[in-house]
Amino acid sequence: MVKAVDKTKVPWWVANVIVPLVNLILALFVSGLFIFIAGENPYQALKLIIYGSFGYLEGFGYTLYYATNFIFTGLAFAVAFHCRLFNIGGEGQAYIGGLGVFLVGYYLTGFPISIVWILAIAGSMLFGAAWAAIPAYLQAYRGSHVVITTIMFNFIASALMVFLLVDVIRDTSQMGPHTVPLAEEQWFPMFREIAGWFGMKVGYSPLNITFLLSILVSLGVWFLIWRTKWGYEMRAVGHNTQAAIYAGISPQRNIILAMLISGALAGMLGVNEILGVHHEVMVNFPAGYGFTGIAVALMGRNHPIGIFLAAILFGMLYQGGSEVTFDMPNITRYMFVAVQGVIILFSGALENLFRPQIEYFFVSKLKEREA
Amino acid sequence: MEAADILSLLSATLRISTPLVFAAMAGLFAERSGVIDFGLEGKMLAAAFVAASGAAVFGSEWYGLILAIISCVALSMLHGFASVTHKGDQVVSCVAINILMIGLTTALAAAWFGQQGLTPTLTDDRRFFEITLPFVKQLSVIPVLGPIYSEVISGHYIFVYIAYIIVPCVYWIVFKTSFGLRIRAVGENPNAVDTAGINVNLMRYKALAVNGILVAFAGAYLSTAINANFFREMSAGRGYLALAALIFGKWKPKTALIACLLFGFTDALQIRLQGVPLPLVGVIPVQFIQALPYVLTVVLLAGFVGKAIAPRAIGQPYIKEH
Amino acid sequence: MVSQPILELQNINKSFGHVQANKNVSVIVNKGDIYGIIGENGAGKSTLMSIVFGYYRADSGIIKINNNTIDIKSPHQSILSGIGMVHQHFMLVETFTVLENIILGFEGEFIFGEKLKEAKKNLEKLCKDYNLQIDLDATISDLSVGFRQRVEILKALYRQAEILILDEPTGVLTPQEVDELFKILRSLKKEGKTIILITHKLNEIMNLTNKVTVMRQGEIVGERNTQDTSKEELAEMMVGRSVLLRVEKQKAKIGEVVLEINNISVKDDLDVMRVKKVSFKLKKGEILGLAGVTGNGQTELLEALTGIRKIESGEIKLEGTTISSNSHFSNPRELREKDVAHVPEDRQRMGLVTEFNASENIIFGYHHKPPFSNSSIMMGSNIFNHSNAIMKEYDVRPISPFLKTSNFSGGNQQKIILSRELNKDPKVLLVGQPTRGVDIGAIEFIHQRIIDMRNKGAAILLVSVELDEILSLSDRIVIMFDGSLVGEKINENVTDREVGLLMAGITN
Repeated sequence: MVKAVDKTKVPWWVANVIVPLVNLILALFVSGLFIFIAGENPYQALKLIIYGSFGYLEGFGYTLYYATNFIFTGLAFAVAFHCRLFNIGGEGQAYIGGLGVFLVGYYLTGFPISIVWILAIAGSMLFGAAWAAIPAYLQAYRGSHVVITTIMFNFIASALMVFLLVDVIRDTSQMGPHTVPLAEEQWFPMFREIAGWFGMKVGYSPLNITFLLSILVSLGVWFLIWRTKWGYEMRAVGHNTQAAIYAGISPQRNIILAMLISGALAGMLGVNEILGVHHEVMVNFPAGYGFTGIAVALMGRNHPIGIFLAAILFGMLYQGGSEVTFDMPNITRYMFVAVQGVIILFSGALENLFRPQIEYFFVSKLKEREA
Repeated sequence: MEAADILSLLSATLRISTPLVFAAMAGLFAERSGVIDFGLEGKMLAAAFVAASGAAVFGSEWYGLILAIISCVALSMLHGFASVTHKGDQVVSCVAINILMIGLTTALAAAWFGQQGLTPTLTDDRRFFEITLPFVKQLSVIPVLGPIYSEVISGHYIFVYIAYIIVPCVYWIVFKTSFGLRIRAVGENPNAVDTAGINVNLMRYKALAVNGILVAFAGAYLSTAINANFFREMSAGRGYLALAALIFGKWKPKTALIACLLFGFTDALQIRLQGVPLPLVGVIPVQFIQALPYVLTVVLLAGFVGKAIAPRAIGQPYIKEH
Repeated sequence: MVSQPILELQNINKSFGHVQANKNVSVIVNKGDIYGIIGENGAGKSTLMSIVFGYYRADSGIIKINNNTIDIKSPHQSILSGIGMVHQHFMLVETFTVLENIILGFEGEFIFGEKLKEAKKNLEKLCKDYNLQIDLDATISDLSVGFRQRVEILKALYRQAEILILDEPTGVLTPQEVDELFKILRSLKKEGKTIILITHKLNEIMNLTNKVTVMRQGEIVGERNTQDTSKEELAEMMVGRSVLLRVEKQKAKIGEVVLEINNISVKDDLDVMRVKKVSFKLKKGEILGLAGVTGNGQTELLEALTGIRKIESGEIKLEGTTISSNSHFSNPRELREKDVAHVPEDRQRMGLVTEFNASENIIFGYHHKPPFSNSSIMMGSNIFNHSNAIMKEYDVRPISPFLKTSNFSGGNQQKIILSRELNKDPKVLLVGQPTRGVDIGAIEFIHQRIIDMRNKGAAILLVSVELDEILSLSDRIVIMFDGSLVGEKINENVTDREVGLLMAGITN
């Protein structure tokens, strides 16, 4: 039993960097165990991950492309979390957000590109927020737990989109359930194109300017949460609803606001996938990015900087992971879903597992140094 | 609709509701004791994988079931460790377990059996089989009751019968034993239990153990009874539906059962409605019908069908106050 | 009959953090006593009995029951040792029946059957023996508070308690229910049970007990046979000679009525009427001190005045206009706009968001208007400068606007709240327990600030359980007892004893 430390003496970097790092290492260790049980060499897998994600330029491009998606879904979860809400519906909100992007692009074919892009981004946010609206309202005014309702809306989104893609907006000249591609002029420039303008020859990767958009959005979220009245009120409601009422802040309004913003952020994933990479809507294009966003947010402690770093980490896992699945027949992409689960476990539910020991260690080391 | 259709619909309802019933009863124990259990989905999936793998490897579906029970109890204990002992966030713990299981089950299935996440198809001798109740032939001549007996009640897997017997058992345990009394007390007012000299956290662990056992049946049923193997993400949201049924049933066994049957009926109906033109509306797109259980869940949770009051102390780790 | 000690406490010490709740407390209770422990808030009475019941463990000291030393590690043990406790906040499961609550933990069997029937019979007999009429199959949520208390008593008796501890049992009872309770307690004594009564009400002590111990600030200040002492003596021991914390203040310049409270009644969360037709007036430039022991309705009153709890009947008028009544209710934001400020009793639960940093709490409730925010954007430099300045002015230490509020001491947190509410020179200031958990240095500072506000013409309601505070700050004093106002005095030559008596319910 470790003696409790005076919390004020714990430096911020111990609480916010060391402890998450230790949790991450624990999670990776357990993941390594899983890889071992699956019959492969964890150390070998680790090397492949690092090589695959950073070892060559195109791989790095893929890493950042994945990170872009995770930044959006991570921010989405984090914003809701600041109001103490668990938005597990990022998957569905991203899906519907993508629909918004496509519809704007499709119906505005031929319009000036800047208008199309702005409206498409707005469309993604609007559609994403709309998909979070009902769970938001139900939580605020009926007390229905947002976890279940958002998960249900994930399933409903899936059903809806399959219906639309099979029956309504399908590209009838093709067999598969997907839409027609958007006009080429509407496509977001990819990094290899931009590199080409500077005379650099770069292999293919899906990395496009949405990455830059995601960084801008991160700044925007930071500003919103810590520099605006809305962020202030959402955080107050999330930390202490009683006190918020005392201060004249409405819990219901802020719950809805937080969820709508959260949905809008998740919706922006559609911008990356549709304007940036695929240029058409396919079945299940969110492909689990919504769920990964949860792990990213928890690891990044719900702060845009942490989310950015965690997004890169998970981008590495995804890209490096596909390298691993390529080279190691026994490992499939699902192993990396399991890794995410372990990370959520250690960074979220068990985040205080070794915190007392770590804090005690550092505080006594610092005391020694002072003495 | 003909009589035969109705009978087949009813029979399907029973069959489809079964995993929901097990999971809902599992959730009942956990939640009544004050621990949130969104993790039914992950545990069900784990049980499905372990049961199918166990049956394939050890040659008997019963081994599979036992292994599934052990796995689910382990997961429930993990959830308890994070939530009860470490007082962590219960929702996060559940989300973690769900995602972990979605990944790990398919990953290990692919690694060990090499078929893209399918476990080996179970031969009939390693799988549960449908049971024909006695005297089916003779009784089927009785009008109305006969066909109900032979078509609806007879011919199910043993899990189905267990499920419907379990419900009154659960009712009896929760409301007619001291164990049940204490579990309910812990979920409503842990202070009252503490001052009666009972260990609050231990009670919650016990409830979670029962939770693990029950949900294992749900998963094993999916992969060793109505299907002959495990395939990825085969629980398809049933864990959440069961939870919704539980909430709609106000955390009581009988009403939760009715909610499960409702979900089962909806699902059974949607299979039969696919492509069938209905009066006025014509053919409803299949996806809409498939989404029906999920929409129904949201409607139920919106509380338009009565307000559901959760056990008072749910979701809060027990900390003595002063 | 020679009296036998049934419970003996020797040198009990207990601290919570740096607050010492019990200091070297020694008590001897004899079998068959109705033993009273009286004291104000924070005297340490409840903590002491919680240790006896096993809810807490003493830091040091010995507990003896029937002359055997026992180390009580948990309620389970104390129950087995024959101790039963009726807590101030009932330990009942609302959705269970009376029977289920009583047998919880002592069911005697796994499957309810024979033992349950036996239990029911035994309980029915107990009810008859002790005159505790109650329907064993009633659900707790349907029962009145008086009946719920009977369930608690029955619970203790069923568990074969020989020593029954009651913690502030009459706070939630009507006068009739109090009489019933006294009858029950007397018959319990006749049956040979020992009763320990924790209370702040002198009436109960004088009426029921045969021995009484007075506690103050964690220590025993006196022990008497009830028949050998008087209310006055006990009251004086209870509140003590006032520590000279009187603040220097000029004579009040009292103006017209600013806030009028007319006949308001307020219920608590359990639907019990806690404020019973209370009326008073707050005048410009005057501090009205509302004295009374916690639990007599002050909390609910304050919440009603500040827009957090609704009023069942009556009305509140600000400068002549009705701002709150049964039908229309001013919410906290509206009240702030009308220059009504509120320093809440529970700073951590209501007054602050402890995870916010100091500057964020300094603007809490005022954050949405200039200069702190302009079209919804928070003006960081304005907030920072303001926080810096105000932390200097109010001597909040350390002067770090970005330090998380949970890292400030209680006194500094309170100063943060005070600085916030006083900053806009409110017309009306409603303050609850301003110096609870605050160190001496900060107490003086806070008191001075409140006086300053009053000199500037604010109408101030000071709700406090600390009599010193009331006496040193108030211009006028009212006392709240059991939901009603029981005395009004101008604060000139008022003695502790007078107010102490009123606080303890003696009104003649």
